[in-house]
Amino acid sequence: MELEYQGIMVWVEQRDGVAKPVSWQLIGQARRMAEKIGAEVYALVQGEQVEHLAREAICYGADRAYLIEHPVLREYRTEPYSVSTLDVIRQVKPEIVLIGATYQGRDLAGAIATHLPTGLTADTTMLDVEPNPSRLLLASRPAFSEKLMATILCKKYKPQMATARPGIFEALPRDDSRTGQIIRVPFDMKEDDIATKVLKFYQDEDRVNLEDAEVIVAGGRGMGGPEGFAALKQLADLLGGVVGASRPCVDEEWISHAHQVGQTGKTVRPKLYIAVGISGAVQHTIGMTGSDVIVAINKDPNAPIFDVAHYGIVGDWQEVVPELIKAVSAGKPAAAATGGASR
Amino acid sequence: MSERFDAIVVGAGPAGTAAALTMARGGLNVIVIERGEFPGAKNVFGGVLYRHHFEELIPEWWTRAPLERPIVEQNYWLLNGDGAVKIGHRSRRYLDGKPNNFTAMRAKFDRWFAQQAEEAGALIICETTATELLMEGDRVIGVRTDRDEGDVYAEAVIIADGANSLLTQQLRARPELSPGELSLVVKQTLALPREKIEDRFGLEKDEGATIEILGAPSQGMVGLGFLYTNKDSLSLGLGIMVDDLMATGARPYELLEAMKQHPALRKLLQGAELKEYAAHLIPEGGLRAMPKLAGPGWMICGDAAGMVNAVHREGTNLAAASGRMAGEAVVTMARSGDFTPEGFQAYARAVQASFIQRDLAKYQRLPAFLHEHKELLMGRMPEALNDCLYEWFNVDERPKTEHQRQIAQNIKGMAGGAWGLLRLASRGWRAINE
Amino acid sequence: MHIVVCVKQVPDSREIRIDTKTGTLIREGVPSIVNPYDLHGLEAALQLREQHGGRVTVITMGPPMAEKALKETISLGADDAVLVTDRKFGGADTLATSYVLAEAIRKAADTWGPVDLVIAGKQTLDGDTGQVGPGIACRLGLQQLTYVEKIVAVEGRRIRVERRLEDGLEVVETSLPALLTVLKEINTVRRASLPGMIAAARYKPIVWTVADFPDIDVTKIGLKGSPTVVSRSWVPEVRKVDTTYVDGAAELWEALWATDLPERLGWSAEEGA
Ligand SMILES: Cc1cc2nc3c(=O)[nH]c(=O)nc-3n(C[C@H](O)[C@H](O)[C@H](O)COP(=O)(O)OP(=O)(O)OC[C@H]3O[C@@H](n4cnc5c(N)ncnc54)[C@H](O)[C@@H]3O)c2cc1C
Ligand SMILES: Cc1cc2nc3c(=O)[nH]c(=O)nc-3n(C[C@H](O)[C@H](O)[C@H](O)COP(=O)(O)OP(=O)(O)OC[C@H]3O[C@@H](n4cnc5c(N)ncnc54)[C@H](O)[C@@H]3O)c2cc1C
Ligand SMILES: Nc1ncnc2c1ncn2[C@@H]1O[C@H](COP(=O)(O)O)[C@@H](O)[C@H]1O
Repeated sequence: MELEYQGIMVWVEQRDGVAKPVSWQLIGQARRMAEKIGAEVYALVQGEQVEHLAREAICYGADRAYLIEHPVLREYRTEPYSVSTLDVIRQVKPEIVLIGATYQGRDLAGAIATHLPTGLTADTTMLDVEPNPSRLLLASRPAFSEKLMATILCKKYKPQMATARPGIFEALPRDDSRTGQIIRVPFDMKEDDIATKVLKFYQDEDRVNLEDAEVIVAGGRGMGGPEGFAALKQLADLLGGVVGASRPCVDEEWISHAHQVGQTGKTVRPKLYIAVGISGAVQHTIGMTGSDVIVAINKDPNAPIFDVAHYGIVGDWQEVVPELIKAVSAGKPAAAATGGASR
Repeated sequence: MSERFDAIVVGAGPAGTAAALTMARGGLNVIVIERGEFPGAKNVFGGVLYRHHFEELIPEWWTRAPLERPIVEQNYWLLNGDGAVKIGHRSRRYLDGKPNNFTAMRAKFDRWFAQQAEEAGALIICETTATELLMEGDRVIGVRTDRDEGDVYAEAVIIADGANSLLTQQLRARPELSPGELSLVVKQTLALPREKIEDRFGLEKDEGATIEILGAPSQGMVGLGFLYTNKDSLSLGLGIMVDDLMATGARPYELLEAMKQHPALRKLLQGAELKEYAAHLIPEGGLRAMPKLAGPGWMICGDAAGMVNAVHREGTNLAAASGRMAGEAVVTMARSGDFTPEGFQAYARAVQASFIQRDLAKYQRLPAFLHEHKELLMGRMPEALNDCLYEWFNVDERPKTEHQRQIAQNIKGMAGGAWGLLRLASRGWRAINE
Repeated sequence: MHIVVCVKQVPDSREIRIDTKTGTLIREGVPSIVNPYDLHGLEAALQLREQHGGRVTVITMGPPMAEKALKETISLGADDAVLVTDRKFGGADTLATSYVLAEAIRKAADTWGPVDLVIAGKQTLDGDTGQVGPGIACRLGLQQLTYVEKIVAVEGRRIRVERRLEDGLEVVETSLPALLTVLKEINTVRRASLPGMIAAARYKPIVWTVADFPDIDVTKIGLKGSPTVVSRSWVPEVRKVDTTYVDGAAELWEALWATDLPERLGWSAEEGA
C-alpha cells in the first residue's frame, strides 16, 4: 500500500553549526516510533555550512537527512526558515513532523502549521504512534501547570505536527557506522527580500549546562537566600557537577534563570540529583524525575520531594550540607564497600 | 480633571450597596469605592440574612439572590466540658410563604446585591481603597483613593466601610473603639455533602438549621460560637471579645479547633473538609459606642456606625436599612438641590425613629452586664445547667427528692445563693430592657 | 501607530485543582483573569502609544463573560476593546483561533485604520501553546518576532527588539507591520488610575459575531475548523520510589558509594569525588 504521507521528519535546530540536543533526542524518539509502523526517519538540516550536521543526524538514527545550505539561513529567522521548511515538507510529505519546543522551534512550528495548514500539538512530553493502519500520532502534553495530561490527535490533516519539550526523550547513542542518505535541497532567497535582520546575539553570562550535567546540586526556597547557594556551589564543584534551582529562587533573583529546573526551566536527567530545601511541587519534579539517583535534603519529613527521592535526609541543610562537603572532601569513606550495586 | 458625583459610597457591603441602590434609583450619579477584588470578596459573616429589610429594597429578592438554605430550626447549645444543654425551636412556620431568614455566603450575596445597584446605574469601582476624606473646612467634599489621580468629589459621602472604619476615625465622630467594644470572630467554612448535612441535622431537602453555642468553648471569656448549615458546607465560628483575648493571650483559632473536638460537635463535623478560613471584627459596643451619624457632607451607616444587634445576630439588616435611609436622605437633598447640614441630619433622625435605634437602646446595658458576670454566664452557668439536667435524667439508687435538691443547690451555687440568683436575674432583665 | 493587542481571559491555573477520581478540572471558584503575558503586551502597546501617538485596540475571542477582561484593558488605557464572540467560534484550537483573530484584526484595520503592530502574549495559561501569535502573523503576512523581552526602538517603519533565547538574547530588527509575542520581563504592568477605572466601569465593549464577518469561511472556525482533538486526559501519577532514609551526611556519602555511581561518575578512592 502506497501512503501519500510517509515518514517522520525531525527539525534539527542549530546555532553556529552546533545542534541543540533536543534534535537528537527527537530523532531517537522518532526512530522508536518509526519501528512500530515501519516508517523512515528524516532529519531536516538548515543553515550555512552545516553538512556535518546532516551526517550527525544519521549517526543519531535518521535514515535520510534533507540538507539546505544557504547564506540567508546562517541565523534562524522565521521567514527563510519557514519557506525552506515548507518546501521540504511539501516535497517529501512526511506523515509526522517533530520540532523541539525551544523558543526558535515554537516560532517555526507555529508558522508552518498555519501555512500548511495542519494541527500542531505544543510542548509534548509523550509521543507515540498507533500501529498500522491508523499510524496516528499520539501526542501527549501536560496541561494546567502539569496537573493534567492530555493526548491530542490530529486525524484529518497531514502531516501531524508536534513540538516536544527538550530533555524528555532520550537520544540514541551516536553510531558513526550508521549509513543513510543525505539529500541536498536547492533553495534560493535573496537577503534583500528578507525584512528581518539579526543584529547581534548576547550569550548569557551565567551559563550552565544543566542538560548535560552528570551531577546537579539543586537548591529551593528552603535555602533562604543567595548565600545558601554558595555552599551548594562548593558541593557541586567537589562532585564535578553544577547548581540547579527551583523557581522561587529564580523569582527572588538568588540565582539566574539558566539554573532553573522544571516545567518553565530545564528538564534534566543527571546521574545524581541532590535536591536541597525543595518541597517537590510537580512543576519542579517533572523536570528532574528522570535522574538516575535522587537525594532529598529537607527538614519537613512530609515534603513530597521524598516521594521521588531514592535517598532522603530529614534535616536542616545548614547542618547537613557542610557535613556533606566535609565527607565528600575526605574522599571515599572507610566503611564503604566498593561500588557495583546498581539501581 | 476629576469628575464630580452626586454621591460617593465607601464600601460595597450591605450598607453601602443599599445606599447606592437607593440613590441610583433616585436618578443620582453615584460611585461606590470598594477595596475588595469584587464586592464581598473578603466579607465575612456568620451566615444569616433576614428577609425583611432587604425586601424593602428589592421585593422578592430572595427568589433571585444566591442563598444557601432557608432556616427551619434554630438552637442554643450550652456546653460544658463534655455535655450540652440544647434548647431550640423548629417549625415550618419559618418557611411558610416567605421564609424569614436564610444562611448565605457573603462573597456570593454581596456580589449579587452590588450587581443590582450597578444595574440601577451606580458605578462600582473595585480594588480601590479609600484612604481619606477630602475636607473643605468642616465639610466633607470627597474621598481620596489609593490610585493615581485618585481623588473624587461629591455632594455627599456615605461611609459604609465596616467595623474597622478608618474614615469614621478621621472624622473623630466617636472616640476610638476600645477592645471591650469589639469581638474578634474566627470562622471556618467546612465542605460536607448535602445529604450528609441533611441527615446529620435532621433536615428535609434544602432546609437549614442554626446553632448558637455558649459556654465551654469561650473558656470563661465573653464569646459565642456558631454552627450554620449551608448548601454543601457548614459555617463554624467562634467570636470572643477582644479585651478578653488580650487579657488571656488566648488564640482564637486554637479555641475554635478545641471547640471542634467537643463531643456534641465532633460527629456533626466529621469528615468535613476545610475550605476557607477567615477572621473579622464585630462592633459590639451597641448604642453607647455609636458615633455621630451625620455631619456636613457625610453620613455613616452599618457596621461603621456600630449598628449590630449581637443578641439576635443581626447586622446585615441594620446595615441595609441604615444604608437605605442614608440614600433616601441624599435623594431628598438632591431633589431640592440643597445639601445643607440639616439635610444630612435627616438621616440621623430617620435612624433614631427606626427599629435600629429602638433595638439597640433596648440592649444598651447588655455589654456591661455580660462583662461583669462573664465567669458566671460563660462558665458556671452552662456548667450548672448541664449538672442539673444530668441529675434530672440520671436514674440511680438515690430518691428523686435528693436529685432535685441537688439541682436546686446547683442553681443557687452558681449564682452565690438564692439572693445572688435573684439579683442576677433582675440585672439581666434590666440589661435587655433599657 | 495603530497597535492591536490580543488578550485572552483564562482561568487562573494556579488555583485550578483536579478531581483525582474523575480526572477532570474543578473550575468552580477558580477566578478568571486576563492572561498575564497579555497584560504585558498591553503595557508595551500603551508605552509605544505614549512615545509615538496613535491608538491601542484590544481584541479577544471568547465567551460573553470575557467582557470583564476587556474592561480591565480599558481601565489600563486601551482606546477600544472588541469581543469576538459567537457559539460558532467555540471549541477552536490554535489554528481556528488564529484564523478568527486575523479576520478580526483585518476588520479592526477597516474600522480604525491600518494596523502597524499586533502584540500577543508569549502563551496562555490554559492553552499554553504560544502558537496563536505566529498563526496570526502567518495569516496576515506580518513579520513575526516572538519572545520579545525588550522593544529597543521604533524608527520609521522599522522596529528593533531583543528576543529571549535559551542561552542568550538576540537583537533583531524588522519592518512594520509586524507581530510581537512578549514575555513578562518586557515591562511592569501599570496599575489603573481612578479615571481609568471609572472609564472601564462605564465602557461597553464592542461585540462582533459571525454575522459581522460576511466573508468568513465557516469551515475554518470553531470546532469544525480545528484539526486537533483531545482524545483523553488523565492525572499524571507521581512516580513514587522507595526512599532509603539516612541519618546524616556521612551515612549518605557511604550509601552513595555503595551504588554504581562512583564507577559511573569516575569517583576515585584517593581524592574522593
Ligand atoms: C505555571 C507554573 C510553572 C512553574 N514552573 C516551575 C519550574 O519550572 N520549576 C520550579 O521549580 N517550580 C515551578 N513552579 C513553581 C512550583 O509550583 C513550586 O512553587 C516551586 O517548585 C516550589 O519551590 P521550592 O520547593 O523551592 O519552595 P517551597 O515549596 O517553599 O519549599 C521549600 C522547602 O524547603 C524546606 N526547607 C526550609 N528550610 C529548610 C532548611 N533550613 N533545611 C532544609 N529544608 C528546608 C521546606 O520544608 C520546604 O519543603 C511553577 C509553577 C507554576 C504555576
Ligand atoms: C463572624 C460574623 C458573623 C456575623 N453573623 C451575622 C449574621 O448571622 N447575620 C447578620 O445579619 N449579621 C451578621 N454579622 C454582622 C454583619 O456581617 C455586619 O453587620 C454587616 O456586614 C455590616 O455591613 P456593612 O455594609 O456595614 O459592612 P461590611 O459588610 O463590613 O462592608 C464594608 C465594605 O467596605 C469595604 N471597605 C472597607 N474599608 C474600605 C476602604 N477604606 N475603602 C474601600 N472599601 C472599604 C470592605 O471591603 C467591605 O466590602 C456577623 C459578623 C461577623 C463578623
Ligand atoms: N481567544 C483568544 N483571543 C485573543 N487572543 C488570544 C486568544 N487565544 C490566544 N490569544 C493570544 O495568543 C497568545 C498565545 O496564546 P496560546 O497560543 O493559546 O498560548 C496569547 O497570549 C494571546 O495574546
